[in-house]
Amino acid sequence: MAVRRLAPPEIQPKEFSFSVENLDWAKDQIAKYPEGRQASAIIPLLWRAQEQAGGWLPQKAIEHVADLLAMPKIRALEVATFYTMFNLEPVGKFHVQLCGTTPCVLRGADKLIEICRERIGAQQHVTPDGKLSWIEVECLGACVNAPAAQINYDYFEDLSPQSFGRILDDLAAGRQVKPGPQVDRQLSAPIGGPTTLTSLDGRGNGRQGYAPAPKPPAADSSAKGQS
Amino acid sequence: MLEDKDRVFGNLYGLHDWGLEGARARGAWDGTKAILEKGRDSIVNEVKASGLRGRGGAGFPTGLKWSFMPKQSDGRPHYLVVNADESEPGTCKDREIMRHDPHLLVEGCLMAGCAMGANTAYIYVRGEFVRERERLEAAVAQAYEAKLIGKTNIHGFPFDIVVHHGAGAYICGEETALLESLEGKKGMPRLKPPFPANVGLYGCPTTVNNVESIAVVPDILRRGGSWFAGIGRPNNTGTKLFCISGHVQKPCNVEEAMGIPLRELLERHAGGVRGGWDNLLAVIPGGSSMPLIPAHQCDNLVMDFDGLRELKSALGTAAVIVMDKSTDIIAAMARISYFYKHESCGQCTPCREGMGWMWRVLMRMAEGRAHKREIDMLMEVTTQIEGHTICAFGDGAAWPVQGLIRHFRHEIERRIDDYTANPHPRPVRVAAE
Repeated sequence: MAVRRLAPPEIQPKEFSFSVENLDWAKDQIAKYPEGRQASAIIPLLWRAQEQAGGWLPQKAIEHVADLLAMPKIRALEVATFYTMFNLEPVGKFHVQLCGTTPCVLRGADKLIEICRERIGAQQHVTPDGKLSWIEVECLGACVNAPAAQINYDYFEDLSPQSFGRILDDLAAGRQVKPGPQVDRQLSAPIGGPTTLTSLDGRGNGRQGYAPAPKPPAADSSAKGQS
Repeated sequence: MLEDKDRVFGNLYGLHDWGLEGARARGAWDGTKAILEKGRDSIVNEVKASGLRGRGGAGFPTGLKWSFMPKQSDGRPHYLVVNADESEPGTCKDREIMRHDPHLLVEGCLMAGCAMGANTAYIYVRGEFVRERERLEAAVAQAYEAKLIGKTNIHGFPFDIVVHHGAGAYICGEETALLESLEGKKGMPRLKPPFPANVGLYGCPTTVNNVESIAVVPDILRRGGSWFAGIGRPNNTGTKLFCISGHVQKPCNVEEAMGIPLRELLERHAGGVRGGWDNLLAVIPGGSSMPLIPAHQCDNLVMDFDGLRELKSALGTAAVIVMDKSTDIIAAMARISYFYKHESCGQCTPCREGMGWMWRVLMRMAEGRAHKREIDMLMEVTTQIEGHTICAFGDGAAWPVQGLIRHFRHEIERRIDDYTANPHPRPVRVAAE
């Protein structure tokens, strides 16, 4: 568990309400769930509120979502403080979520933590230009591409201190960055090329006689029998 | 070695079209109607015959799980919930399915839904996987447009899929916590019984399955359960996505047959252990919740449910975390303990208080600032957490610590001796909490 509190009152905005587009979107979301179960939409709605508020969730936004879903405010506050992707304090334009769990540490995430400390400062601290902030998060689920960091919605993988530092510099300077593996590699395939799926045809089909058409029945049944 | 034609995930690395056309070229959505028309019992029996065991960690037989759903509806709708809240450290397989082969998952949902009389599926994707969720939503939209799913569709079985997402909570991978989260609450696990098959989502019969379990179903039903059962060993059948991370030359995801020896898995696909096989210190064979296995037990290690259970570990999600001899094994395990401390939902006292306690003790042990009697005390605390919580999170956090003490007690003792011989006054690196 982590202690998570709302931002201090002096930085809380006085008001929040969804924009017209977001309100329409929210109604579509609520309609996805059965009658009377509109509370199910709370995570998507808080997420959208966070986007609209500039990357963090003010108290008024949480209360607005609670009203929209006809929930007691405390239930919405519980959800907002339980889930760690809801930022309860302001973050930078580029919020770096650096994975610090064991598989990433084994591949050098501790050096990236140092870079964040030097380049950005303490966790949750926003750089004076408002561009960068960072936080150490638990497993991002990109372990074969470790070490990994999520910056806003994109994953940056196979990072080295050099490539990570360059990405932070580029973001701060407003330059384009390329998400995904930062080394020469096809996503989660081994470096140097896949060791499997090499006999597939151009469409990724390795089951000759198994494609929808044309399909000779004999080839199909022989494919079934083999293991 | 598994041949490419027996691999289910032909687009594992995203080299081909993920969309409907590409999926069809790889065999998806072929003869789906005929399979559904055979009826739910036929589908359940075929999946039972395949020997498929759940791919989310516990390894419960999937066909058996489906058969727990009520045969007749008592007026309440049935739900299929797909657990795509993949967060177990070391595991990154469902991500590849969602972004590269999403139609296998969509088609699998339809078939599984038919097998349990569920007309609605919810897919709960972890919050961090924004791009993967967008891809999955696009695939679901394609399937709706092609009338493959929907209230009226060409398969004659009304079926809706809703893609839902979380916002960063490992505990929502526990099935009842996931249901709570899906209902719009904090993700705190529920007491069982009642089991979800009787009282699940919105109080209705529900089955929760892992992404990989569902995504292999279309292939099982098309090629026959005997095809799947013919791969691997009895009780440990089929193909499995392995995630190989840590100290190997070329970390990767790969689909292999169950029961592949660990050494072959690492050397054939991941370029072997960094510095050679003799440089291996230990592996965590199935995601961070599973006890580690020291190098001397790895030589003939077989990667399947039974093979790993013999060594008091488990296959879990088949996420292999490799650690070579440069690893500070105590610090690595302390970091895993920190993970559990951070992710505990706080509902049960042994877990909420125990996680932080174990982490703090391990942090001291990593520096050698401990007494040897504390090793036994730590072991005893893990047994007081294990089995004394509502969900299996407590067990999953206790096992890695038990594995460390079981296999590396000598290392902890050596460090305590080193520190005792040369104590230093620096404060212990532990945050005040």
